[in-house]
Amino acid sequence: MTVAPNTFRAGPDERGFFGLFGGRFVAETLMPLILDLQKAWDEAKHDPAFRSELAGLSAHYAGRPSPLYFAERLSAHLGGAKIYLKRDELNHTGSHKINNTLGQILLARRMGKSRIIAETGAGQHGVATATVCARYGLPCVVYMGETDVERQKPNVFRMKLLGAEIVPVSAGAGTLKDAMNEALRDWVTNVETTYYLIGTAAGPHPYPEMVRDFQSVIGTEAKEQIMVAEGRLPDAVVACVGGGSNAIGLFHPFLDDADIAIYGVEAGGRGLDGDEHCASLNAGRPGVLHGNRTYLLQDGDGQILEGHSISAGLDYPGIGPEHSWLKESGRVTYVPATDDEALDAFQLCTKLEGIIPALEPAHALAHVMKLAPTMDKDQIIVMNMCGRGDKDVFAVAGHLGVEM
Amino acid sequence: MTKGRIELRFGELKAEDRPALVAFVMAGDPDSETALDIVKALPGAGADVIELGMPFSDPMADGPAVQLAGQRALKAGQTMAKTLDLVRRFRDADGDTPIVLMGYYNPIYSYGNERFLDDAAAAGVDGLIIVDLPPEADDELCLPALARGLNFIRLATPTTDDRRLPAVLANTSGFVYYVSITGITGSAAPDTAKVAAAVGRIKRHTALPVAVGFGVKTAAQAAAIGATADGVVVGSAIVDAVRTSLDEDCRATASTVDAVVGLVRQLRGGIDAARREIAEKAG
Repeated sequence: MTVAPNTFRAGPDERGFFGLFGGRFVAETLMPLILDLQKAWDEAKHDPAFRSELAGLSAHYAGRPSPLYFAERLSAHLGGAKIYLKRDELNHTGSHKINNTLGQILLARRMGKSRIIAETGAGQHGVATATVCARYGLPCVVYMGETDVERQKPNVFRMKLLGAEIVPVSAGAGTLKDAMNEALRDWVTNVETTYYLIGTAAGPHPYPEMVRDFQSVIGTEAKEQIMVAEGRLPDAVVACVGGGSNAIGLFHPFLDDADIAIYGVEAGGRGLDGDEHCASLNAGRPGVLHGNRTYLLQDGDGQILEGHSISAGLDYPGIGPEHSWLKESGRVTYVPATDDEALDAFQLCTKLEGIIPALEPAHALAHVMKLAPTMDKDQIIVMNMCGRGDKDVFAVAGHLGVEM
Repeated sequence: MTKGRIELRFGELKAEDRPALVAFVMAGDPDSETALDIVKALPGAGADVIELGMPFSDPMADGPAVQLAGQRALKAGQTMAKTLDLVRRFRDADGDTPIVLMGYYNPIYSYGNERFLDDAAAAGVDGLIIVDLPPEADDELCLPALARGLNFIRLATPTTDDRRLPAVLANTSGFVYYVSITGITGSAAPDTAKVAAAVGRIKRHTALPVAVGFGVKTAAQAAAIGATADGVVVGSAIVDAVRTSLDEDCRATASTVDAVVGLVRQLRGGIDAARREIAEKAG
């Protein structure tokens, strides 16, 4: 039986573990650098100058705070709880990813690194990384699976315009996992000069904690904003989870508010019956990949499976380790939404609210569509609209059978 | 405690003033039977220690040659159980040549750490090299392995400075594997002078033999490294020899085992010649 801890916000421990999950499972070549990074991060997070520089960039470069918007027509249509959207798709570069890349680029500069590498799936993190590299004049190499290069063409071009070099990765299924492998190989080769700007709250400690802390601005703002709008906290918060950075950013400030139901929505792909999904928490088991122990999609022999999602940003067979711990502790409920449900949500939101969501938060919205009607009209849901759908319109047209 | 096969083998070689040739092959590449034939042929070709790769879908520290070898093995249906069976069958015929399993943690974790260590020890495995288990994670697998008499061989790298080296060496046994470059397997050729300096640095911290690998491909390179190191690890070049011997469907041919044997013989010849020259100059 799991005993609820006094707080859900204390992790990770000094070795980077959230219970069983997390840690630092990396090759020795990287270990000294990971320890340097840990030290730099520990110093930076307590340095008022670092915090104030980041706050300034967040306000004047990224456009924070993002609004908390009452989705009136969507709420009326679903006929239940009041739905608020945390509009992180309005950030500069079009998603929550900029919250993290701004923080990490400042850290890379503090560490004196002269070259930045990143992995990307949907391209949102790649764009956000290329953006901050342009802003600070640092060379940027983005690893991206070949499949994703194909289905996220607008973002590939944006990254090139921003001056980044895109390296398509053909290994495996050519998606996010393979891009991350290749980024790690680059890092291990160029470890002295290079900073690896990981895009999600996963990887070796301290990345899961650091990315969460940079993204927690989402939940912190949302908490203040809902108090202003409604005079009370929400009854439920909802976010999509791929690696899980936008979700942990929204969830973390709410974790110790026991009355708030928290839902993470995984990519259910073509359903959990087969292998064509990315629901690592619902259909995977604990394992070790990319520097951390966490839930993974894997076969009986510990080989990692490729998974599938309509959304490139959720197409990853793992999940940030803190989510694995939050699942096992029972604090957060993780549910799947299928490709088709996400497509329906994508269209509904576009038509009713005039907001074109990215396919990633469309998964979160698909769950909101199930949840809201079961709740009372005076109850409140806050959902993270973590990215805008401009990048997805070509892919969605394809799925809807529209020639463009 | 009785001496293990690794300690005995390095002891014999030291007495003969010869560096060890550590040959890496991937278990199950190109199929489990051919892989067994290759492993069986290695000692006769001049390999002193066999490093057997456990294939993994996501080998983050490996270059293309070892990545492809792992993919071939997995495609041919290799599993952890088959890898351990390969060791068992090799051991039936050869009781002396040390076998070290090298790979990544997840397939072991999935198999079950305790069960894996028991089965590996029973099969005749002598040591483990697990790329993604640094000393900070010693309680996971290293300490239980040592308790069963298995050696846990640590990688030391150019980024492992003197401050960190004692921690890296603390629970290391058998030998120390010095990674000659910052990089992935089979990439840039190591700088021999830098490697010699690094081997000297490690030897100031430990009495264990030091073997050097990553990027050693030719007999000449092996000879240069073997002039100062206690062992030379060759991997990517060997699995590449496997690859080029295969037919267009990636199946073994009549020349597959011979291709590996031929390369290992060349490497052996190169290493031995280098030591003879040094001995003659000194004599």
